[in-house]
Amino acid sequence: MADVETQSILVVGGGMTGLTAAIEAAEAGREVYLVEKNPYLGGRVAQLHQYFPKLCPPTCGLEINFRRIKTSGKVHVLTMAQVESVSGRKGAWDAKIKIEPRYVNEKCTACGKCGEVCTREIDNPFNFGMDKIKAAYLPHDMAFPFRYVLDPSLARSGEGQTVKDACEYGAIELDMEAKTVDLKVGAVIWATGWMPYDAKRLDTLGFGAYPNVVTNVMMERLAAGNGPTKGIIVRPSDGAAPKTVAFIQCAGSRDENHLPFCSSICCMASMKQATYVRAQYPDAKIIIFFIDIRAMDRLESFYADLKKDENVTFFKGKVAKIEQDGATKNLVLRVEDTASGSLNTITVDMAVLATGMQPNTSVTPQPAFAQRDDYGFIASLEVTPGFFAAGCTRTPINVSESVQDGTAAALKAIQAVVRR
Amino acid sequence: MDKKIGVYICTGCGIGEALDVEQLSNLAKSECHAALCRSHANLCGPEGSQLIKDDIANEGVNSLIIAACSQRVMYDVFDFEGTILDRVNFREQIAWTHPPKDEDTQMMAEDYLRMSGAKMSAMLPLEPFKPEQEMSTDILVIGGGVTGMTAALEAAKAGYNAVLVEQEADLGGFQKNVTKNVVFPFKDVQENEIAQLAASVKNNEKITVLTGSKVEKLAGGPCVFNATVKQNGTTSDHKIGAVVMAAGWKPYDPAKLDKRFGYGDSPNVVTNVQFEERAKAGKLTRPSDDRALKTVAFIQCAGQRDPKHLAYCSSICCFTALKQAIQVKQQDPKANVMVFYQEMRTPGQGEDFFRKAQSEGVIFVRAQAPEVLNVGGKLAVEAFDELLGDTILLDDVDLVVLATGMVPATAFGEDYKAKKPDDGEKKNEMVSSVDSIFISDILNLEYRQGPELPELKNGFPDSHFICFPYESRRTGIYPAGPVRRPMGVSNAIEDATGAAMKAIQCVELTSKGMAVHPRAGDQSYPEFFMQRCTQCKRCTEECPFGAINEDEKGNPLPQPTRCRRCGVCMGACPERIISFKNYSVAMIGDMIKSINVPDEYDEKPRILIFCCENDAMPALDMAGLRRMQYNSWVRVIPLRCLGSLNLVWIADSLSKGIDGIMLLGCRHGDNYQCHFIKGSELANIRLSKVSETLDRLALESDRVRFEEISITDYAKVPGLLDEFAEKLVEIGANPFKGF
Repeated sequence: MADVETQSILVVGGGMTGLTAAIEAAEAGREVYLVEKNPYLGGRVAQLHQYFPKLCPPTCGLEINFRRIKTSGKVHVLTMAQVESVSGRKGAWDAKIKIEPRYVNEKCTACGKCGEVCTREIDNPFNFGMDKIKAAYLPHDMAFPFRYVLDPSLARSGEGQTVKDACEYGAIELDMEAKTVDLKVGAVIWATGWMPYDAKRLDTLGFGAYPNVVTNVMMERLAAGNGPTKGIIVRPSDGAAPKTVAFIQCAGSRDENHLPFCSSICCMASMKQATYVRAQYPDAKIIIFFIDIRAMDRLESFYADLKKDENVTFFKGKVAKIEQDGATKNLVLRVEDTASGSLNTITVDMAVLATGMQPNTSVTPQPAFAQRDDYGFIASLEVTPGFFAAGCTRTPINVSESVQDGTAAALKAIQAVVRR
Repeated sequence: MDKKIGVYICTGCGIGEALDVEQLSNLAKSECHAALCRSHANLCGPEGSQLIKDDIANEGVNSLIIAACSQRVMYDVFDFEGTILDRVNFREQIAWTHPPKDEDTQMMAEDYLRMSGAKMSAMLPLEPFKPEQEMSTDILVIGGGVTGMTAALEAAKAGYNAVLVEQEADLGGFQKNVTKNVVFPFKDVQENEIAQLAASVKNNEKITVLTGSKVEKLAGGPCVFNATVKQNGTTSDHKIGAVVMAAGWKPYDPAKLDKRFGYGDSPNVVTNVQFEERAKAGKLTRPSDDRALKTVAFIQCAGQRDPKHLAYCSSICCFTALKQAIQVKQQDPKANVMVFYQEMRTPGQGEDFFRKAQSEGVIFVRAQAPEVLNVGGKLAVEAFDELLGDTILLDDVDLVVLATGMVPATAFGEDYKAKKPDDGEKKNEMVSSVDSIFISDILNLEYRQGPELPELKNGFPDSHFICFPYESRRTGIYPAGPVRRPMGVSNAIEDATGAAMKAIQCVELTSKGMAVHPRAGDQSYPEFFMQRCTQCKRCTEECPFGAINEDEKGNPLPQPTRCRRCGVCMGACPERIISFKNYSVAMIGDMIKSINVPDEYDEKPRILIFCCENDAMPALDMAGLRRMQYNSWVRVIPLRCLGSLNLVWIADSLSKGIDGIMLLGCRHGDNYQCHFIKGSELANIRLSKVSETLDRLALESDRVRFEEISITDYAKVPGLLDEFAEKLVEIGANPFKGF
């Protein structure tokens, strides 16, 4: 029965692109398997405080999408899961999915008893390790599926039994093991998204060495109400309110030594984050160091409005080096003035690196036929008949464009499984 | 259907510790007409759900009231086919947010059960809408450019018939005049493949190509559209399921540009579009005398990113300039080619193409306001070079190419509202802000609210461009390509494919009697009790999706396949004649009336909260997850959309003796978050009218309040409710209490 054609669709990646692709196909009547490596859906978007340019919470749209999953009943969600292999052909793919143990089954009601009794703490992955959470945890407030997770370190420890005993619903299985599931699908959409470029590799910019140098993705968590600081943006070194914040664009992007391409969202992301700071601190000063401000289409209005803010300075130039004042932990920026060629020195309380989008496909394994470009993207929608790449797997794009791309990929997948 | 009601109370997750469940069970039987009531310590577990299944099988229970957790969770467990279901949120909104074994907490649970009982009595089984006409699943595509052709082809490849309407004699749109282009992933200039695309469209047997034609009239709604298409003087009618609107763009009029661009001063100043025409004609030469090009200047952002012209960035002009500059260089590598740009915008792998142009020897000058000078017939460009920090002069310029932008086809034509003659009727004060519809002669909808798609901004007709970019405010009509957002060829192909997906999804859902986004799958729809209609036109005017037409007497003519099921019409109707089988003015009214309001000597005020079920209600749930406590006098009624709020409920509540009413809805205005566009705005407008009524009743207008709450505001909600409760204590009891 190896070569029997099936009509279901496998979507790999539960971020904005994959989520959209899965739901769009399901609402057109297709069975979909949605595979996500995190214990929750929503991907990078779930970690954002607000969207540009409307400054509205991503969970609003996610809630609608989760509701669509509930209503359609055709999206089969596999979390903590990754594709180990895909082989076959259009209409008849074999996919091996490895599911990591959650140690919590579907009986979980999210009552929180396990978290209450648990004393072990872990770095909070949702907040990029900026705070600690219990090792029995709900990934975040709005997590979908709304179900707890046990960290493997807890499950394997003596405390695991105490936590298990606290659950009144038999939801905890300490002996849960990783398992592999074989799926037969007719089409595959690869939407594994991106990761922030490792800012430690930008060795002149001090990330990792100086606490007040943060990345743009960390800034989203600092501004979010369910973040490590309950939404109050403070300097990591001393918890003080920042008076001057520098945004350093193209931190790794448009740079032959790092990511030679433009990550396309960082200009808008930094300008949006500038508004977070400005909303909290009416006197705070912002400096945005940039090469070109890429505010495409209607997003231009957001740029135009921010330029009117007297406390926001746009500085055309590259930050060559960041140093730290040992006493104050302030940051001293050495900046090339492109017009004069001279080096300026600017001191700020906090610096945000606009680190770029590195495609996950540049480091994770995928089928050999899925050729990657020089930067690690799978730069074509139809990779091979019945196998499609979408979203930031293809090219660095924003949320709206990911939805667009995910929707397009859904139709391509349907075409691949349709019986004529 | 004879209802046999079973009430199931879960005592898990802290509910059993917080409430006297036995007393609630008795109440369920005596006040909710429950045939039976059971409780279980883990209702969502296998044993608990089996309990319910057994009652359905053995006891004939067909109507379920499940008092457990929020309806947002365990939806898959509490899903029993063939039953009517109501979920009562005992967990997040009672046990997790109010003190256990407390009199007020218990009263709250009692009221929620009563309200559910009232709701259950009013709810009827759903019967999906089936129109009298035969339903079509054919896709109409308007516009035969890259976007339109792709949409038709992609729909056809998925097995659907497409009708492609193009106004010009040939397919191809703007791109048919473009010889070379650059497409994703933007490595090099290549031959345009538009002719091959057009050929595959023409050869596809599922696509009916109508060139030299236009849509004269589009009437009906999803699956029952009738498109009247005029072609060469004859008209034909087509039964259509859904529409992809790919009417494209027009170049910004260069005659309107600022003087500094020099357009019109010399034939040697052209636009990027005119450059394409010259390239196609094989005339990449100096326009005035056809001499070879030695020096060429490209000036970016001509009339763009400029509030006096186009406020937005057209996104593609940087790529276009790079491509055209490379074309000049490839024609003569010695030519001096300079691009004057404000910001170079080549996102993603497009950066490679920027580098490609640099390696071809194109010179780039960052300058904010370059000026074209005409010195004795010779052109020069003067600019302040920001990188050099000095003014430069490029003289003896043979050709200046201005990057003018893209204007969506929907932005042309008179404003429908401005054009409509004032018919002397009393203006409906309930109608919210103006929504511009330009009479752009594309769709010619036979819709009461106007013939085209309403614009959001700058003439682009989308409605939720971040999360749901294909949505327009006319159901089943999906704008795609540059008419939706400025975009290039590669993006337009993606966009067309996505829009075709949405159109296909629309016909699949509609043909099963289901709603499309954002209540996709909903089988309820509004029914109108016409005998009581007073022709006030509020429903037809306020529907955010223009779903309701009107006859000449002003009677509403609902078109259910156009309906998104938000209930805004139900909220608007002063005669309360619009109802869904499972959602109606009377049903919510009965829920309000079922609330037990203690008299004023008990000093237990009652506060009614109407909240948006998509955003404010999850926020309340999250407050519960965090075990935040708030005032126990509140009773929450979630609404499909706050726009379905009918003012009679306010009157019902106040005359019942309820002390205060709060509306929790989404942000409205320019950056609205309402998934139904204007629901919260309409609710707010309606509420503002209530204060007059309150004054008339000698009631304080502070008793009703509207608050904008987003889904992430859960830390804020409890404080808001507590503060309102304190305010009401200050005002004193509702004088209608006890009447």
